Amino acid sequence: MKADAPANDHEDAHGHVAVDVSTLDAELIEGPSQATADIAEYALWLGDDSLVLAQQLGAWISRAPELEEDVALGNVALDLIGHARSLLHYAGTATDRSEDDLAYWRTEPDFRSLHIVEQPNGDFAHTIARQFIVSHYLFELYSRLRASADATLAAIAAKAVKEVDYHRDHSTQWVLRLAQGTDESRHRMITALSDLWPYVEEIFRDDTLIDRLEGIAVRPSSLRPAFDAAIAPVLAEAELEIPRGFVASGGGRTGNHSEHLAFLLAEMQVLTRAHPGASW
Amino acid sequence: MTTQVHEIVARPRPADAASLAAWTIAAQVVDPEIPVLTIEDLGVLRSVNVTSDAVAVTLTPTYSGCPAMDAMRDDVLGVLTTAGYQNVSVRLVLSPAWTTDWMSEIGKAKLREYGIAAPTGHATVRSSGPAGPISLKMAVKCPRCSSLNTRELAHFGSTSCKSLYECRDCLEPFDYFKVL
Repeated sequence: MKADAPANDHEDAHGHVAVDVSTLDAELIEGPSQATADIAEYALWLGDDSLVLAQQLGAWISRAPELEEDVALGNVALDLIGHARSLLHYAGTATDRSEDDLAYWRTEPDFRSLHIVEQPNGDFAHTIARQFIVSHYLFELYSRLRASADATLAAIAAKAVKEVDYHRDHSTQWVLRLAQGTDESRHRMITALSDLWPYVEEIFRDDTLIDRLEGIAVRPSSLRPAFDAAIAPVLAEAELEIPRGFVASGGGRTGNHSEHLAFLLAEMQVLTRAHPGASW
Repeated sequence: MTTQVHEIVARPRPADAASLAAWTIAAQVVDPEIPVLTIEDLGVLRSVNVTSDAVAVTLTPTYSGCPAMDAMRDDVLGVLTTAGYQNVSVRLVLSPAWTTDWMSEIGKAKLREYGIAAPTGHATVRSSGPAGPISLKMAVKCPRCSSLNTRELAHFGSTSCKSLYECRDCLEPFDYFKVL
């Protein structure tokens, strides 16, 4: 324990109180955990994916096909916000920025999110197709990241994988239900999968950053076989075929985004930027 | 006595008297969403360490995005400062990840009495590999009539930690604290 850590950084109505809201280092690791520049960049990758996806899912609340789905998608978004907070907090330790600084005060080129999470919600089938792809990917990613040599990333992954397992199940059930439902729902599921599939390849593309983080980051390309193996039986049962067609250019990891991200960020950041420093 | 083993593993109370006294105070804090459960019942309270000039409390978040965690953290600060402790700090520690396995038997009994079905069985993370679309589940017992003839209405319920069930015998809907 760190009883001797400075504990009087803030003085407020509670007296001398320090709230270290997100000390994410594993319990047995001594000392503050500060990310290196490369690890911070990697944490930003993963954190931005979760943040952008959570923002998208939040838009479904009060608009989903049924009340239970408002709640389900809201809960999935909440988990993702939690992952984003942990990851962005950790990324911020490298440059002394808070998770909120990173979420609200970066502009589009500084975001590192994948194109698939930026794709619009579309109809419900599009959102489910996006969830199906991303949550299966995240499950494989966090399963492997639990063994990271970086204790903080490993701790975040161990926490996140249990929640993403539920997300994976949720989207799987909906893929089956829509694909095996009415002609209309099946048609929409097929269209949605076909619209989202071009963005799958970027998820598994390696980058030179990964070469520098051997044993710490998970090599994206190494996750592809597990991802394919996990979704294949679901698609088979749903009688859906893997779409063929063009592959989107990608570029999210280097700050080249689709046209959708700027609108999403504008909405997400408007309040903070209109009232800098406000709290409630 | 599996219960005792469970409690020793999940929630080691501090050995020294000063820390134990502070633990007892911190352990009064309840989950704002499920006010019958204390943070000790939940297994969220992990350690309290009192030194000559400071108190260090460690909590483990339940769900990553659970907003109740902020309230619980603030409440721990509140009760300890009200009790006269100075220099109170609260750390949230993610690892090892919280699991419903840490919920005490007393906590589970309180949940049932409150009308929420307690977690059934133990947490496992399904290994990587082919995702079976149908997962095997243990029956959830209705907290009202104890029937096992229940079904899940919605996997995601009123809070992150619960799903919505209905009893097919007494026909009442109820919350189930799902296994994590």
